[in-house]
Amino acid sequence: MSDCENALHELYGYLDGELTDERRAAIQHHLDGCQPCAEPYDFEAELRNVVRRKCAEQVPASVMAKIRAALDAEATKLSD
Amino acid sequence: MADRATFADQAMDLMPSLYAAALRMTRNPADAEDLVQETYLRAYRGFGSFEQGTNLKAWLYRILTNTYINSYRAKKRRPDETELDEVEDLYLYRRIGGLEAAMAGRSAEEELLDRFTDAEVKEALESLPENFRMAVLLADVEGFAYKEIADILDIPIGTVMSRLHRGRKALQKRLYEFAVERNLTDPTPDDAHV
Repeated sequence: MSDCENALHELYGYLDGELTDERRAAIQHHLDGCQPCAEPYDFEAELRNVVRRKCAEQVPASVMAKIRAALDAEATKLSD
Repeated sequence: MADRATFADQAMDLMPSLYAAALRMTRNPADAEDLVQETYLRAYRGFGSFEQGTNLKAWLYRILTNTYINSYRAKKRRPDETELDEVEDLYLYRRIGGLEAAMAGRSAEEELLDRFTDAEVKEALESLPENFRMAVLLADVEGFAYKEIADILDIPIGTVMSRLHRGRKALQKRLYEFAVERNLTDPTPDDAHV
């Protein structure tokens, strides 16, 4: 495989933090000098940020309170 | 008991993340609430089997996932075994990437990705068949490592990787459909006059 094919093949391994230090450095080195490969990397990284950010949730206070109460009741039960 | 109380406090801090995951799994706030409560109760009772110093979040996710599979998925007639169509790599990038040339300033693709609403992104993720949805959720939203996902879902790492690979492509395809429906792929209309 060419360097570019390798870089694309390892895109998710790289973004997922699953490459060895050596592979990671080799990919980074390639991306520094290869704009056509760096672009999809940046795109996928940005997409992941967007997905993570937009899937965040606040726990409603009522739900939080209910679960705390359930745990307190369980604590009482366990200490009996 | 003191340890159990400490554990409960640490676990409570992780609730937003577990609740979000429960919503994506059950696709329903009432079920998500029950699922999270059941998870916390089981964790509290089973606290003795948690090894201090190991990853509390991963342990809670394992309980969440098992509870979901045993209690909630059982409600359906059969588990979701849907397979995914073959989708090409970099599906979204090949369609909406490289728009920078058309616009000055901030990367156009960044701006475009940001225009997806929270509801669209959640719906796209929830549209994935369950096996794929769980893998993508754990990796891309929660940031778990492959090994942790393998432990949480009790599947081999190779299976984690293939579900991620296919699930991510399917997610991109669904997002692209939203982009097309809303004309987000055309960079000119909203921005021409800015």
